[in-house]
Amino acid sequence: MARYLGGKLGGGLVSLFMVAVLGFFLFRVMPGDPVRTMTHGAPVTAQQIAVLRERLGLDQPLWKQFLDFLGNLLRGDLGTSYTYSRPVGELILNRIGPTVLLVGTATAIAVLLGLWMGSRAAWRHGEAFDKTSTSIALTLWSVPTFWLGLIVLMAFGVGVGPIPGLFPVGGISSPDTPPELLPQVLDVAHHLVLPTLTMVAVIYAEYLMVMRSSLLEEMGEDYLTTARAKGLREDLVRRRHAVPNALLPTVTLIFLRLGLVVAGAITVETVFSWPGLGLLTYEALRVPDLPLLQGIFIVLAGSVVVMNVLADLVYRVLDPRVRES
Amino acid sequence: MSRRFAVLWAVLLVGLLAPMPATAQGDGARQDGATLRIGLQQQIDSLNPFLGYTVPSSDIFRSIYPTLTTYSPDDFSVMPELAESWEPSPDRLTWTFRIRPGVKWSDGQPVTAHDAAYTFKRMMTDPAASTANGNVVENFEAVTAPDDSTLVIRTKTPQATMLAIDAPIVPEHVWSKVADVATFANDQMPVVGSGPFTLTGYRAEQDVTLTANPEFWRGAPKVAGLRFIQFKNSDAAVQALRKGDVDVVQKLTPAQFDALAGQPGIQQVRGQGRRFFELSLNPGAANSENQPIGTGHPALKDVRVRQAIDQGIDRKVLVGRVLGGYGQEGGGYLPPIFSDYQWTPPQPRTFDPAAANRKLDEAGYARGADGIRRTPQGEPLNFNLVLHGSRSEDTQVGEFVKRWLADLGIGVELQPVSDNQLNDRTTSADYDMVISGWAANPDPDYVLRLQTCASRPGPNGGGNPDTFLCDQQYDDLYHRQLGEFDQAKRVDLVKQAQARFYDQAAGLILWYQNSLEAYRADRYSGFSLQPKTDGVIVAQQGYWGYYGAQPTDKALNGSGTDYTSVAWVLGGVVMLVGVVVALVVVRRRATADTRE
Repeated sequence: MARYLGGKLGGGLVSLFMVAVLGFFLFRVMPGDPVRTMTHGAPVTAQQIAVLRERLGLDQPLWKQFLDFLGNLLRGDLGTSYTYSRPVGELILNRIGPTVLLVGTATAIAVLLGLWMGSRAAWRHGEAFDKTSTSIALTLWSVPTFWLGLIVLMAFGVGVGPIPGLFPVGGISSPDTPPELLPQVLDVAHHLVLPTLTMVAVIYAEYLMVMRSSLLEEMGEDYLTTARAKGLREDLVRRRHAVPNALLPTVTLIFLRLGLVVAGAITVETVFSWPGLGLLTYEALRVPDLPLLQGIFIVLAGSVVVMNVLADLVYRVLDPRVRES
Repeated sequence: MSRRFAVLWAVLLVGLLAPMPATAQGDGARQDGATLRIGLQQQIDSLNPFLGYTVPSSDIFRSIYPTLTTYSPDDFSVMPELAESWEPSPDRLTWTFRIRPGVKWSDGQPVTAHDAAYTFKRMMTDPAASTANGNVVENFEAVTAPDDSTLVIRTKTPQATMLAIDAPIVPEHVWSKVADVATFANDQMPVVGSGPFTLTGYRAEQDVTLTANPEFWRGAPKVAGLRFIQFKNSDAAVQALRKGDVDVVQKLTPAQFDALAGQPGIQQVRGQGRRFFELSLNPGAANSENQPIGTGHPALKDVRVRQAIDQGIDRKVLVGRVLGGYGQEGGGYLPPIFSDYQWTPPQPRTFDPAAANRKLDEAGYARGADGIRRTPQGEPLNFNLVLHGSRSEDTQVGEFVKRWLADLGIGVELQPVSDNQLNDRTTSADYDMVISGWAANPDPDYVLRLQTCASRPGPNGGGNPDTFLCDQQYDDLYHRQLGEFDQAKRVDLVKQAQARFYDQAAGLILWYQNSLEAYRADRYSGFSLQPKTDGVIVAQQGYWGYYGAQPTDKALNGSGTDYTSVAWVLGGVVMLVGVVVALVVVRRRATADTRE
């Protein structure tokens, strides 16, 4: 067990280091002079440009920048953002909460919905429920998120015809909310509805399809016939025997998705002006704000690595076969 | 499994929500009366007036900090602001400003000449403090405040732009305690200022709240405050206006603007823009040492070819088809919004493909067998046109230009690239034709300087070039206008410089796009547009638009979100889900029972 754990963690650490190296050089080969992009259109003197370049460390040779970067990274310092003149770590920390809230809520709902519908669809494979639920899910999955978000925004945010808009069209909270906890929580929940709805609509199909196909694979297995032969009711056969086995591939998927999903939130956050990591990425890309992009890249890639290791470990807990091998 | 997941999530959710009220700055956010809400689509980079340089940041600084002078809402002429009057010395090197008495900072301290002197000195001595407005003090030699009401600025060379000093002035008693300007966020509310509004709330990427300053020397604003609300998507901003969540939106696309026509309670504002949209032709770029750089096509060094290209472009079609009519055809360098300096070509090179073809024939660029013209050296006239891949108007212009130039026997290869690549390629002159554009200021000096020889990059890069034009005659005119203190004569020189620029045809000004805005006329009226005719509300040179806004009864009596109804709606949804779950469970039990 210790060896397994050590191997997995060691592999994770190596991956994290590679992420750091890649993160540094990737953003150095990107074309464009950030100082010039930053100041384009603003009256600046040559001296101002030189000062900016020096302050951003762009006047140093590449190897020196890299050593500085590695040293700072080990101390947990991700550098200073060009555009906000603030530490990157602080910026990311401030934005990660709203993103985790949005992505987490949406993923939780999508997982529950997807697993439930997927297992139902597989169990009644070929029936009307299967056909309609899969086709609706696949349609929503293939719809552009941006477009779907705008439709949701117009229908439920602005209102259609005589029906008034029920939800806010953007942001995470209203500035004029009473400072007490309950109105604040209600306010955030109120703002959370439309972006979550959009995100769930787009992503639940994936869980549905994986659950459906993996349950379909299990359905012909002998152990289910045994279970039925024991006289178990159909419902219990599905819930106690078939679904737990079919869950395994889905667990991996959930963990991998959790690592990646922040990136997937970019469009939703943009449509609903949700002040999260996705929006920060979008803004950083437009400048481009190298330290900020680099910091986001390291955090995102790092979370994928961590989630991978976690998925491996959870898989081991869930599936005895992995433990033995 | 799923139940455990749900519980875990609920715990996490509560944990995440708990710190929310702390990060949201409640201080001063709740206000009675009418708060004017403005939808922003560009980010606020910093609240520190020495660092923030984006348009919305400057807009906020203009509303909260005093400036020496300001620009009239009517016609952009210079007006007294904190400085009541001024006097240049006979040698035009020393300027004495008389500071308005009785102006107070929002913490009660008086605003004096010492504050202004402190601000400019800090910009001159602290590199970080010169980030945003360093160009203002570039030519300053010394700044002193002999007494509370006198500010004396000595410049290195005579400078006609001395009255365009609208950099924010900060309180010395606050900022002298700031050790490092580069890392100072200036977000301790309320921020001490002395403009018509005081900064009282900021939530990054969300909103900025300003409260009306009742002590403002010009008189308190009529609105209770301003709130700038961030939108990352202009469609969402438009929807928020329709719903009444914001009162003013800006930067609308022609389609969005048209869609708002005739909407109840909404008034459109079609303002003149301050940008020009330009097609630059590489006139044979060189760096400041006169060494040729870049990959420009040799034929473009020929002014006749450049003029012929200009004649082959139909600006009327571009404005009509690409801008949907929301713009004016380009001519002179400066946009017509700055009417004092604006110049229109007396003999414009109007669209005339036949004449353009004749001109190219006469200049010796004969057509080859493939229909493409050749230089006298036998090189085909195949040009690349570099454009912003992310901007649809660039792509559309590219397609039109390609077709028109094909008629002249010139091949055009469109090269859409990212904004950064485009900046890279223009700095290194790696283009034949490129789409460019700048926003002009009320004082034309800055954009005029872009076309001087001095703006070309040095041997190690740097510089801020636009067309790489380096023309002695233009440079002479530029320098003469900078040292000309007689306004009428300066205007004349600025126009002559534009005429020379037009003759050289290195930068073809295609259009000046309108600035499209809309506001809730049922809630507000009385916005002072700048300029008075066809002006804009948002991002003015000054605070006039917001300062003049007058709330209607509806805005005064309107209420915010009703949280009882929010609770009811959300409660209802939760109930509904609960009922459905209960039904499913009951039904499952029932079928299970019958099966057993």
